[in-house]
Amino acid sequence: MRLKKFLMTACLVALPVLGASIAQAQGTLRIGMTAADIPLTNGQPDQGFEGNRFTGIPLFDSLTMWDLSSADKPSVVIPGLATEWAVDANDKTRWIFRLRRGVKFHDGSDFNADAVVWNVRKVLDREAPHYDPRQVGVTATRMPTLRRAEKIDDYTVALFTSEPDSLLPINLTNLFMASPVQWNKMRASSANAEAAWLAFARDPSGTGPFRLTRFVARERVEYARNDAYWTDKAKLDRLILLPIPEANARTAALLSNQVDWIEAPSPDTIPQLRQRGMVITSNAQPHVWPWQPCFTEGSPMADVRVRRALNLAIDREGLRTLLGGMMSIPVGTVPRGHPWFGNPSFSIRTDKAEARRLLAEAGYGPQRPLNLKVQISASGSGQMQPLPMNEFLQQDLKQVGVNIEFDVLEWNALFASWRQGCRDTSARGAHMTNVSFAAMDPFFAMVRFWDSKMAPPVSNNWGFFNNPRFDAMIAEARNAFEPAVRDAALARLHAAGVDEALFIWIAHDVSPRAMNPRVRGYVQPQSWFVDLRLPYIQ
Amino acid sequence: MFFYLIRRIAYGIPIALAVGFVCFMLVQIAPGDPINAIVPPDAPGDVVEQVRRDYGLDKPLPVQFGLWLMKVVQGDLGRSLASGRPVWSDLSSAIGNTLMLAASASLLGFILGCALGGLAGTFRGSWLDRAAVTIAVGGVSVPHYWLGMVLVVIFSVQLNWLPAMGAGPGGSADWAWGWEHMKHLILPTVTLSVIPMGIVTRTVRGIVAEIMNQEFVTALRGKGLTRRGVFLHVVKNAAPTALAVMGLQLGYLMGGSILVETVFSWPGTGLLLNNAIFQRDLPVLQGTILVLAMFFVILNLLVDLMQTALDPRIKRN
Repeated sequence: MRLKKFLMTACLVALPVLGASIAQAQGTLRIGMTAADIPLTNGQPDQGFEGNRFTGIPLFDSLTMWDLSSADKPSVVIPGLATEWAVDANDKTRWIFRLRRGVKFHDGSDFNADAVVWNVRKVLDREAPHYDPRQVGVTATRMPTLRRAEKIDDYTVALFTSEPDSLLPINLTNLFMASPVQWNKMRASSANAEAAWLAFARDPSGTGPFRLTRFVARERVEYARNDAYWTDKAKLDRLILLPIPEANARTAALLSNQVDWIEAPSPDTIPQLRQRGMVITSNAQPHVWPWQPCFTEGSPMADVRVRRALNLAIDREGLRTLLGGMMSIPVGTVPRGHPWFGNPSFSIRTDKAEARRLLAEAGYGPQRPLNLKVQISASGSGQMQPLPMNEFLQQDLKQVGVNIEFDVLEWNALFASWRQGCRDTSARGAHMTNVSFAAMDPFFAMVRFWDSKMAPPVSNNWGFFNNPRFDAMIAEARNAFEPAVRDAALARLHAAGVDEALFIWIAHDVSPRAMNPRVRGYVQPQSWFVDLRLPYIQ
Repeated sequence: MFFYLIRRIAYGIPIALAVGFVCFMLVQIAPGDPINAIVPPDAPGDVVEQVRRDYGLDKPLPVQFGLWLMKVVQGDLGRSLASGRPVWSDLSSAIGNTLMLAASASLLGFILGCALGGLAGTFRGSWLDRAAVTIAVGGVSVPHYWLGMVLVVIFSVQLNWLPAMGAGPGGSADWAWGWEHMKHLILPTVTLSVIPMGIVTRTVRGIVAEIMNQEFVTALRGKGLTRRGVFLHVVKNAAPTALAVMGLQLGYLMGGSILVETVFSWPGTGLLLNNAIFQRDLPVLQGTILVLAMFFVILNLLVDLMQTALDPRIKRN
């Protein structure tokens, strides 16, 4: 009896201890990325948003951050290393950011206003000793109006833009804060600034929820949890990231238990993965897969009736079936319910009869078929399955009397052509181009395509769209500094874009991932990014 | 012999120049832009131009080539456009990994090829000969990346016996000659060995059959030499040709395993080249091809020297 009592007491004491140790030791998560190399770990990752997802956000923080906690609502900007911000009432090009106190870099140094000024200078001040051209391309691109930073006090900075720009707080999610102390330490033992950045990339120091513990070039990078993180800490003990660019190799790695999670399994392997007990996750992602029209004089795409007809002629449900369900059906650049969706009068749907009517109205029919040429790629990052998808569209549009001819380019070549615009010889007379894009912030979602000032070579207004009404709406949005007013202006802009059918909206990617059922706690937000503090291994 | 060696090494210089120049021009002619390795596709034009200037990609092509050449002469292959790392640091680790894979695949391929070819040549017309020829033709004909994928499906995905990718549980940096690491080498080695196995089988079979029909073999038999003794004579006569073929095959394996390394994510020169091609990473592309070409030249030289050592009738002057 006494023994029984002792055992029960021992169990009662042991259980919470055991539970606590399980809660603390949440294992090692191994992720197979689609990147061919480890994205840069110097604080400004390359390899597109996959870089931000895996070597940006986990290691570094930014002044403003994305809310990645929910799968049910669009991801919005929240305070990060800045707790609050506002534009100067007297000078709309000057923003005041108040910084979070008590935050430390992985090397133990303090995060403060000096660190912010230093990080702005690393990409914008060519005279700065730590200026790094490598980081300019991936950073300046994503915060096009930021010009400089000025310290006001230890925890307050002023940021200056080239023109009034209400989008700055959103853009700043792309400027990650690296430790000046760690860089100076590297600089002391390096021949020049470039070498110091290389050394920093091997032993980086940010303020993020993970710190880098091992770097094997081209093969793997390993993180450990940052136990001194300033807010909720990661549940995982370790995180290992492996570049596996080949889709079949990723699938095999998951099925042979070499990794626990793979990015972008190819749609035809998803049934097999499910059959083997793997969990497939997906969610709406601000990732648009469109045909972008050329609006120049003489182009059939300059006629809004033709653009609307093409939008109505596409059987998107059929396309979704082709992709094994791995796409969502677009109704614009952003989904319905998004703060920027607005109230368009033109409804993007499948209505072939209406498409035929519009084409007839525009002068096209059996006697005069509409012949269009589209530049596409055979593959490419973020391009989903460009060949089968485009072949499906070609057959689909044939039903309404539209003949599509493809000009298939290598992915890099299609990019280069995208920058030149449809008037350039590299377009080879194409009426549309098929480059998918991220639509997380208003500049990338709308402004760069619909602002006449963004025509090549400035940015991606490939089709040379030029409409003063749109220019005025963009200026209005950029000058609206109250978030609600800004969102309302952006919603008007988006609705006008849909009404004018400024894209042929074909599909939105849903960012499929496959993972071992042992991975728990994972939330896939409506974003390109994920919060790697949440998952753990059971 | 000394002057022969010097001359052969000197031949490598114009070859290196030609390889570097052709590679440089091919990348320039190909559509696309090396700047895409550094800036995202949606970069504004002024940022693109600024980065282009920072990297010297705005200079005329002859100037760019000349600058690269000057650095190479000083032993500097430059820095990767994509990663910023020195090309040599990535290339040296990749060469080590590829050498390991190529050597193991060559060893397997050559042993099997010599054995099958020797048997087929000795017993020409028999079922053994037909079986060896079938295996050899199969080895040469089967696309090795396809074979690699099939092996992965069987041994990694279905049976879970061998890993599907990578160069060891902690990557190639902490490679050790233990089972945990060596098992990563098995599937890529088998995949890569089928082509040299097929070619060596056919070559050895042809030479052995030809030698077996020569009068000196009949004479050896007539003099009462044992089967083992005759075999040694045949091997000695067949070795120079077989060696030349094997040397070429090892060279091909060093540079020609792009598809296999991609299928198995093996971090060698093939995967490095593959990624560099897609990223238009010109310094990596040029540096890797140059080093591989030089490796091929040196390998050929070594084979020539070994041929001479094995058969003094082959004169080098």
